[in-house]
Amino acid sequence: MSTITEPRGAEFELDPGKAPRRHVVTDVVTAPLHTISLLVRNKPGVLVRVSLVFSRRGYNMESLVVSPALSIAGLGAAPGEFSRMTITCSGDPDTLEQIIKQFEKLVDVVHAIDHTGQPVIESELALVKIKAGLRERTELLQIAENFKAKVVDFGAESLIMRCASETEKLDAFVNLLKPFGIIELVRSGKILMARGLDAT
Amino acid sequence: MVTPTPQKVSSGGDKVVQCLEREGVEVVYGYSGGAAMPIFDALVDSRIKFVLTRHEQGAAHMADGYARATGKPGVVLVTSGPGATNCVTGLLTALMDSVPMIVLTGQTITSMLGKDAFQEADVTGITYPVVKHSYLIKEAAEIPRVMREAFHIATTGRPGPVLIDLPKDVTQGPCTAPFVDTVNLPGYHVPDRPARALLEKTAALLAKSRRPVLYVGHGAVISNAGQAILQLATTLGAPIVNTLLGKGACTEDHPLHLGMLGMHGTAYANRAVEHCDLIMAIGARWDDRITGKLSEFCPEATKIHVDIDVAEFNKVVRPDVCLAADARLAIEELVPLVRKLDTADWLKEIAGWRRQYPLKYARKGGLRAQHVLDRLDTLGGRDCIITTDVGQHQMWAAQFCRTTRNRHWISSGGAGTMGFGFPAAIGAAMATGTPTWCVVGDGGFQMTVAELATAKLQKAPVKILVINNHYLGMIRQWQELFFDNRLSGADLEGNPDFVKLAAAYDIPGKRVTRAGDVDKAIKWAMAYNEGPCLIDAEVVKEDNVFPMIPAGAPYSGMIVERPKVKMEKPTGST
Ligand SMILES: Cc1ncc(C[n+]2csc(CCOP(=O)(O)OP(=O)(O)O)c2C)c(N)n1
Ligand SMILES: [Mg+2]
Repeated sequence: MSTITEPRGAEFELDPGKAPRRHVVTDVVTAPLHTISLLVRNKPGVLVRVSLVFSRRGYNMESLVVSPALSIAGLGAAPGEFSRMTITCSGDPDTLEQIIKQFEKLVDVVHAIDHTGQPVIESELALVKIKAGLRERTELLQIAENFKAKVVDFGAESLIMRCASETEKLDAFVNLLKPFGIIELVRSGKILMARGLDAT
Repeated sequence: MVTPTPQKVSSGGDKVVQCLEREGVEVVYGYSGGAAMPIFDALVDSRIKFVLTRHEQGAAHMADGYARATGKPGVVLVTSGPGATNCVTGLLTALMDSVPMIVLTGQTITSMLGKDAFQEADVTGITYPVVKHSYLIKEAAEIPRVMREAFHIATTGRPGPVLIDLPKDVTQGPCTAPFVDTVNLPGYHVPDRPARALLEKTAALLAKSRRPVLYVGHGAVISNAGQAILQLATTLGAPIVNTLLGKGACTEDHPLHLGMLGMHGTAYANRAVEHCDLIMAIGARWDDRITGKLSEFCPEATKIHVDIDVAEFNKVVRPDVCLAADARLAIEELVPLVRKLDTADWLKEIAGWRRQYPLKYARKGGLRAQHVLDRLDTLGGRDCIITTDVGQHQMWAAQFCRTTRNRHWISSGGAGTMGFGFPAAIGAAMATGTPTWCVVGDGGFQMTVAELATAKLQKAPVKILVINNHYLGMIRQWQELFFDNRLSGADLEGNPDFVKLAAAYDIPGKRVTRAGDVDKAIKWAMAYNEGPCLIDAEVVKEDNVFPMIPAGAPYSGMIVERPKVKMEKPTGST
């Protein structure tokens, strides 16, 4: 009987003497949130298995985005067989290293990569519903223009803005809107992609 | 025209059983029920032996014992709902100790999933944290692939239990899917050989050591690394210690072997660990029973870690080198790279500790468990498999019954599951035909005592040795030492007469109450191999296991006898 087991995407540096935690950057002070991207097999239960890695340690995910992935060259994947997960979470470096290794250990996880400190393109989408009478509109539209946000719903007493940006910029955007009275806020959670030919 | 003879179309259940046959399964342990009926039906026409246990937990532990004794996966078949939930302890036990197991659970029909059907339980949901992997099969066509994958996952890398949930319509309906021989798991990677550069670094670190210790765990048993490790030890002149589950990987009567380390390890093994300048973990995971207070565990020593599971690296300690590899392959490749170390002084020091702190026990004041186990060791215990339950008797057995062969010692380590020892003994004895001693406490034995019927029926050569102290002895010991002897939930008042209980199942038994009668009873049991037999050893009620490193204490806090002063409550894990 033959067996195909592909090497994993994320390489662990198994010699801590040389370079401990290559994928686990430890700068917690300036970057309290880590972003981990997972390539997973799209099997029932894979999301539960991934969440259990956090919950049994009493940790929480800040955000989680799941989306279909392209089929993977060389893995003979049928369409829809793989998914992407992008997870942001906080945690000390040792715990984070364990969490990534525990992801890697899951049979349905093809690879897990911590992108903290790596050159990446990141993006997040927000929909904001704001109380807006005639008087506030001009100012709101100025803010929107500044953040390249689009007004996607105009009502007599409210409007909805859509903004896609880096997470921190979205934070700033939302903060500016707060004084106007945000009625509802929905954010997609962060997605990211490694720059150049590096794998996400 | 010839009418074609109608071919019997296999049912999903037939397919499951055929897959088991193709995987070389000889025996399935389990308990029947509605949702599993089609699989039970398929077993009627199979050469696979089915063993009906008396409780699903018993089935899981029997399969576990079978697997630990042989290295082959143990297989369990139970029904949905309560049948499946009764296996959860067995799954935890197997997962914690890396035991290959396949658990097949019946499930309600797919159209009723999630509708609270009779005996429905979210079995994959309940068991996620206690399996290496699991499947819920929704279509019969998946059966051959899933079965092949399950056996592959259970038995390769770091072994573990895999659960397959099988809805009844899937097993009852037809299955025409062909058998599958290949496995395509892009996310599943198993290291085999260590990287050359890291081996050389390991050898260089070893070359600098003057006080090395080889710390051998269950991984060495699983990969059969014992010979290679002994070769490494003798080449280096390095002593060996093993964990509770590492017993048997290297013969414990080798002059370089110091026995078990850790909480109830031998004092000389622990002194060696305390004073070493290099500790090399081979298939062991720096468990809290081993390290004691982590911040004071070998702080100055070089640490080397060999493990097939990379998630174990940096989990507890941050070693100087990590070799991701099968333990046997790693050590075999390491041996040619190392040379004799200057360990003469070190070995002399250890010999001194050996003389200073031999394992000992009081000879007076009634029958001692240690005496019974010491005699078992002398009277042929080493030629038998020994399984234990969990508690004081387990630690005494680990100390006094030296294990000289791989897979001759079976005990629940990571989970510490009471009720494990007896069913595991049945599984091990049935798998190997080897006479098997089951050293069990009066508490734990009663947790799965119903399997007396199974043992009798299967004529399993299990010699049940009840270390009967009328207490949950280990609990009593902790309460005595750390809780001002305020006993709470420790008294086993109401114990049955175990000899009479055995007799009720037509199992012969003997009671031993005096040290002078021990040899006779052990010889009697050794000579009886037509089926199970029982010795009820009525030992002194209040005795303690020493040496002891209280949970969370450093190695320097090891006590070798009852302390005169009151001790602090332990702060370590449980
Ligand atoms: C299922 C389970 N419940 C509780 C415990 C906690 N526990 C550990 S040792 C022990 C006492 C065991 O008593 P007994 O079986 O009589 O063995 P002894 O210690 O007396 O040798 C208990 C209750 C456990 N390990 N497993
Ligand atoms: Mg007891």
